[in-house]
Amino acid sequence: MAIKLDAHIPAGPIDQAWDNVRFEMKLVNPANKRRHHLIVVGSGLAGASASATLGELGYSVKCFCFQDSPRRAHSIAAQGGINAAKNYQNDGDSIYRLFYDTVKGGDFRAREANVYRLAQNSVHIIDQCVAQGVPFAREYGGSLENRSFGGAQVSRTFYARGQTGQQLLLGAYQALERQIDAGQVAMYPRSEMLDLVVIDGQARGIVTRNLITGKLGVHLADAVILATGGYGNVYYLSTNAKGSNATAIWRAHRRGALFANPCFTQIHPTCIPVSGDYQSKLTLMSESLRNDGRIWVPKQKGDKRRPDQVPEGERDYYLERKYPAFGNLVPRDVASRNAKAVCDEGRGVGETGLGVYLDFAEAIGRLGVETIRERYGNLFDMYQRITDEDPYKVPMRIYPAIHYTMGGLWVDYNLQSTIPGLFVLGEANFSDHGANRLGASALMQGLSDGYFIIPYTVGNYLATAKPKPVKPDNPAAQEALAATQQGIAKLLAIQGRRTVDSFHRELGKIVWDDCGMSRNAKGLQEAIGKIRALREEYWQNVTVPGSGDDLNQSLEKAARVADFFELGELMCLDALERSESCGGHFREEYQTPDGEAQRDDEHFSYVAAWGYTGPGNTPDLTKEPLEFAYVHPSQRSYK
Amino acid sequence: MKVTLKIWRQKNPGDRGRFVSYPVEVVNGEMSMLECLDVLNEQLIEKGEEPVAFEHDCREGICGSCGFMINGVAHGPMPATTVCQLTMRHFKDGEELVLEPWRSRAFPFVKDLVVDRRAFDRIIQSGGYVSVSTGNAPDGNAIPVGKEIADAAMDAAACIGCGACVAACPNGSAALFTGAKIAHLGVLPQGKPEEDRRAVRMVAQMNVEGFGSCTNIGECTGVCPKEIQLDVIAKMNRDYLCGAWRERKQTVTAIAPVTSWEMEK
Repeated sequence: MAIKLDAHIPAGPIDQAWDNVRFEMKLVNPANKRRHHLIVVGSGLAGASASATLGELGYSVKCFCFQDSPRRAHSIAAQGGINAAKNYQNDGDSIYRLFYDTVKGGDFRAREANVYRLAQNSVHIIDQCVAQGVPFAREYGGSLENRSFGGAQVSRTFYARGQTGQQLLLGAYQALERQIDAGQVAMYPRSEMLDLVVIDGQARGIVTRNLITGKLGVHLADAVILATGGYGNVYYLSTNAKGSNATAIWRAHRRGALFANPCFTQIHPTCIPVSGDYQSKLTLMSESLRNDGRIWVPKQKGDKRRPDQVPEGERDYYLERKYPAFGNLVPRDVASRNAKAVCDEGRGVGETGLGVYLDFAEAIGRLGVETIRERYGNLFDMYQRITDEDPYKVPMRIYPAIHYTMGGLWVDYNLQSTIPGLFVLGEANFSDHGANRLGASALMQGLSDGYFIIPYTVGNYLATAKPKPVKPDNPAAQEALAATQQGIAKLLAIQGRRTVDSFHRELGKIVWDDCGMSRNAKGLQEAIGKIRALREEYWQNVTVPGSGDDLNQSLEKAARVADFFELGELMCLDALERSESCGGHFREEYQTPDGEAQRDDEHFSYVAAWGYTGPGNTPDLTKEPLEFAYVHPSQRSYK
Repeated sequence: MKVTLKIWRQKNPGDRGRFVSYPVEVVNGEMSMLECLDVLNEQLIEKGEEPVAFEHDCREGICGSCGFMINGVAHGPMPATTVCQLTMRHFKDGEELVLEPWRSRAFPFVKDLVVDRRAFDRIIQSGGYVSVSTGNAPDGNAIPVGKEIADAAMDAAACIGCGACVAACPNGSAALFTGAKIAHLGVLPQGKPEEDRRAVRMVAQMNVEGFGSCTNIGECTGVCPKEIQLDVIAKMNRDYLCGAWRERKQTVTAIAPVTSWEMEK
């Protein structure tokens, strides 16, 4: 029952496309805007910026988040920076170059028109954030400072110390609070979306659970906007916040929204390695460390000597050896895969053998301790706080960890999913990063979607679709409410023997081993079988203490993990179906003679959009072909 | 090593709370305080008991969700460290750690170690922003901001809104939190036009919420995980004084504090 996807990509020259589309859009009369009710789920960069901007325009907005305050959303943890094609450094940057770098960095699996618009919006984002009072780093003369990032050859990254995500989110949060005070936005903290209400084929509302009182409620609106982030927590251990989850997008998927490229996940190469079974999450160390640190492992397998006892000649600086041109600065996917390879050979370091050294001795010798302290002091402190080792004296140990998910709900150029009236923003959609995201581009996309795209496209939808009034007693709304109630009752009734976390940890290990840094057909097939068996056990043997009538953190987790099972299986299926390697998706069967990712543009230059067909059934695959009129696909080479 | 966690257990605001002691095996010093609670909770669930409710999210010290008192100190003994980043190697074998929720009239109790910090959101709502709607912005470099000013703004803007300052203060004052936002926006040229109004409104809201007065004790800055300095409070007082005079003809209406979680009519 494959449906035909229309991405609504505008015709004509790419640099005029967004202008033309905006001109052709129907507008909502300013006096009528307040009569239109909109729901925004999520309060991170995308959700907060969308809620604030729609409120400013005069719409009646309800914004929902599961945390106690919208300021807690996980965008807050982004460290490095945000890209913008300002060319303030006069080093040859341009909108076209940012567009080109992003399409190429995504290994030619993103839509050109979307990426071009993202690059155009990038310059407005910086202006808006500066006006809000975001304290970006400045030169002594008062102009904005930039740094280079993520292998780009220009300096286009704006930053606020190591807390850029925090400062951008607080800017959007403050704009949102201003609209709450103005009565334009009603904020619902500690409210989790558990289902989507679809009436006559249009998204018209959501079912939520108040996490303090346990009460379920139906909220209706003229359109629903999901900005609920990525699904990296399928892997259990990730750099995501513990509460980050896929429930909103997965429940929307079950109601008919197609899920695109679920197997495109990003593994970040520089995280602090796992130290024990109790571990709850992984801590990222900024990618910028690779500017001065040298990555190595011993040449000998099982070498248990302390790093300072391994003589220079017995060390393998494997990235410098294999990629003399880029060395330690190869892109994230390449660095991660190579770390895994040396550990698989038995040359990993640390107690678990899952780690490689990131050594600053040479840089300290060349530049002095003070320069290194100035550049990376806060990161070194963080590392020492966690590991109790002094990275000024002992090399850091790092290992890759899941960090970002490029896949997400399928959206067209207007950010609308396959359900009319359901829009998806930020990491929750699939649209702009292809198979691999470049550093400092996630913040850019979240804010581009929220500040500068959805305010236009949702208005056009309201003016053309003209949603009719609906009431809470609508049968579809009542059906969704009843189904949610049953789902909760079912989880509480199992009363088995295993905790939610023990299942989640086991699921995460399966997906990490077989659908992580490298994948192969046999492993993926086995993983699908294992996930199904574990999911069956989950529904027989999980135990959720407490009741549904108050704050019950185990129940919250139990519902999220139930969705991770289904999504994890879909990730493996998508990875199995995509018989090529591209970006973060590395299939061992498809590599060049020297072990690099081998794309197959002839057969796989498409977006894989999956449709839900019921629990345990094989999902439907619909393909959206990708066309490259401006950036011509080539083999990425970093030799 | 083993530690004993003596934890405040209270099911809801109506319940009579009590301390309950739990022995916990600490498998390695890299374990965080919250991971220690995770391990305890897994054991409690397996025994069919309710786990300890506590707030947490990013677990890298930036979201501001986590926080409780450890032996009477907000976020525990390590400076500039939230409980999610506090590793167990800082405690001794056999030590007893007393865990209690933040205590403040303005932070109503929810469950175990969880309190309601929405008062902080309302303080921001009352004026903690620059009134600039999307699309109104001039070029980012149109207004130069000297490095020292940008750095001072960033120092204040680093606040994560965890509430430790309030919990540590003998008066339960929110002056460090409120002052941090007033200082962040007030030193920047973008925030100048609303400097008076912002200070007057935010201070009024802070008072309506039931936070105590600041008497310059300084416990707040001592426990602040981001080491926000006391000078933000001086800035708040200065802006409030000037603003209250210049805005003397304006009436300030504070936002009504809400304690209920029933948000549907």
